[in-house]
Amino acid sequence: MKKIILTVLWLGFISGMNAQNPEQKGLEIAQAANKADEGFGSSSVNLRMVLKNKNGQTSEREITTKTLEQIEDGDKSLVAFNSPKDVKGTATLTYTHKIGSDDQWLYLPSIKRVKRISSSNKSGPFMGSEFAFEDLSSDEVEKYTHKFIEEKDGFLIVEQDPVDPKSGYSRRLVSYNQNKDYRVEKIEFYDRKNTLLKTLNYGDYKQYKNKHWRSGKMVMTNHQNGKETTLIFSDYDFGLDLAEEDFTENALKRIGS
Amino acid sequence: MRIRLNLLFFLFISIGHSQEEKVTYDFELTLEAEYRYFPKDAAFEGQKDHFPSLAIRPEYSISWNQGDDALNFKGFFRLDVDDERTHWDIRELYYQKTKNNWEISIGLKKVYWGVAESNHLVDVINQTDAVESFDGEQKSGQPMAQFSIYTNNVGTFDIFYLPYHRRRTFPGVKARLRFPLVIDKDDLEYESDAQEWHQDFAFRWKHYFGSVDIGLSHFYGTGREPLFVFDTLGSINAFYPIIHQTGLDLQVTHNAFLWKLESIYRHADAQEFFALVAGAEYTFGNIKSSGIDIGVLLEYLYDERDQLALTGLQNDIFFGSRIAFNDVQSTEILIGGIADLKNSSKIFSLEASRRLGASWKLEIEARLFSHIDNRELILSNFQEDSFFRLSVLKYL
Repeated sequence: MKKIILTVLWLGFISGMNAQNPEQKGLEIAQAANKADEGFGSSSVNLRMVLKNKNGQTSEREITTKTLEQIEDGDKSLVAFNSPKDVKGTATLTYTHKIGSDDQWLYLPSIKRVKRISSSNKSGPFMGSEFAFEDLSSDEVEKYTHKFIEEKDGFLIVEQDPVDPKSGYSRRLVSYNQNKDYRVEKIEFYDRKNTLLKTLNYGDYKQYKNKHWRSGKMVMTNHQNGKETTLIFSDYDFGLDLAEEDFTENALKRIGS
Repeated sequence: MRIRLNLLFFLFISIGHSQEEKVTYDFELTLEAEYRYFPKDAAFEGQKDHFPSLAIRPEYSISWNQGDDALNFKGFFRLDVDDERTHWDIRELYYQKTKNNWEISIGLKKVYWGVAESNHLVDVINQTDAVESFDGEQKSGQPMAQFSIYTNNVGTFDIFYLPYHRRRTFPGVKARLRFPLVIDKDDLEYESDAQEWHQDFAFRWKHYFGSVDIGLSHFYGTGREPLFVFDTLGSINAFYPIIHQTGLDLQVTHNAFLWKLESIYRHADAQEFFALVAGAEYTFGNIKSSGIDIGVLLEYLYDERDQLALTGLQNDIFFGSRIAFNDVQSTEILIGGIADLKNSSKIFSLEASRRLGASWKLEIEARLFSHIDNRELILSNFQEDSFFRLSVLKYL
């Protein structure tokens, strides 16, 4: 009963959006998307990154990612490389913050060194791919200002301007699927000159724990240099029950050993 | 003895228990072909110019209990023109148990402490593999029992029990970068009557507050660095002293700036001194959207031992630049120099690496000793030893 009332209230809330200005509506969509994914707790996933240059030559990286959900602040994550072999064991630990710059540590397995690194260089490429560091960091609502643009083919298009002046983007256009818990279907990135730079398409969606949508395949196409990077996700695991102590410097060293 | 038995029992139980659970194995092998060339005529009798060399690094790890139990092995063997540089080592062979917020490691392990780039003062647990690399970053495996506990509010505490000291290997007759007299590693005496079996202990606290990372450490035991005493006839007497060393490492990460400080106070009966490295690193990230990062490094080095500092870094400035292309091949270049502030001595260096295909890597290193002051007790021996190194690595 309670659930029905809540749903009715929720529907009322959503339809009420129409009366609002585009900024409010944009923000509410982003918040609704965030809210729909709340409560995943922790997850781990293996991903294969396929880099393709404009001649079609490819190279691959294999990465394991663990994420711990935080409600008050941004999520914590541990990212470790399995290939190429020369960087195997290299790993990063990131504490995302909703406001201000993230805290980040890098582990270098050859000399066993943990180094706190600056997270300010967010626009640079991740391991030679078409993903920038900021594309792969936890997407917090507070990191953007939002503006609803239009509804198109059942998708809600929201323009998001990064708050951080160090972002490589002037804005991005995010397509939310309102019929599927506001999961993201596509993001278009515009560079600082406001020219379309990249498009990220989300595919092969699967729902976990009856609630959380995760894309199995993400393709980032760079329109300016003709390169493409594909992320293929496998072995999503939401049952590990990870805790704070799995996201520490000690854990960072263990994952790289 | 009883403790040892209990420990064995504990190991046995944890391994026996694992059989029905998922066990993960991993084996890696790296082969390296290296060539070092010293273009200048040797300063001392018997020294060679060309050093072709081969190295092999097998790695094996096994983990179970969802990674809470693990056994890690890293071996090393090098074949070189210099008989002393032909050496093998177990870099790591340890069992690790993790439970909630603590972990225990037993066996041979490598541990790194510190934040600076040009000198590693605080890093005191492992013996330096001095014949392997010039920068002192290659370490020998250290026998230890390490207990580490993480707390949310007050940081991480590490306690080390280090039962055995490993001697430093010195270059042989044919090698460059040595003194006129060849030092045999077994010639060095110990201050302690227990010799290598002096029981050493270390403690470290590491925490972070916002943009500040701080580490405080103390080591008591046989120093990893031998103490050199030069008598009036110019002959060298060297031994491993019992030391107390307190270390501080501090880094403040502010935007693209990293501010760094490493400092130690070492006390032994024969010697007492203070040393520090302080500096900054600034990175210009993704320059003109090229993906290229250029980092600029500047560090000041001080060592109260002055002429007796083994590193020769007693009152020097280090300047350098790290260029990361962030391309598909992960091309990186580190260029730098160390200049003595009181005399003309300078050392320039270049290190570069690039991945070839998916499983090969190319490394280049060059060190140039320039205008080395004759009064430098240590460095003056190396003034003809500028070198160039090329390595090709294959990951299997």
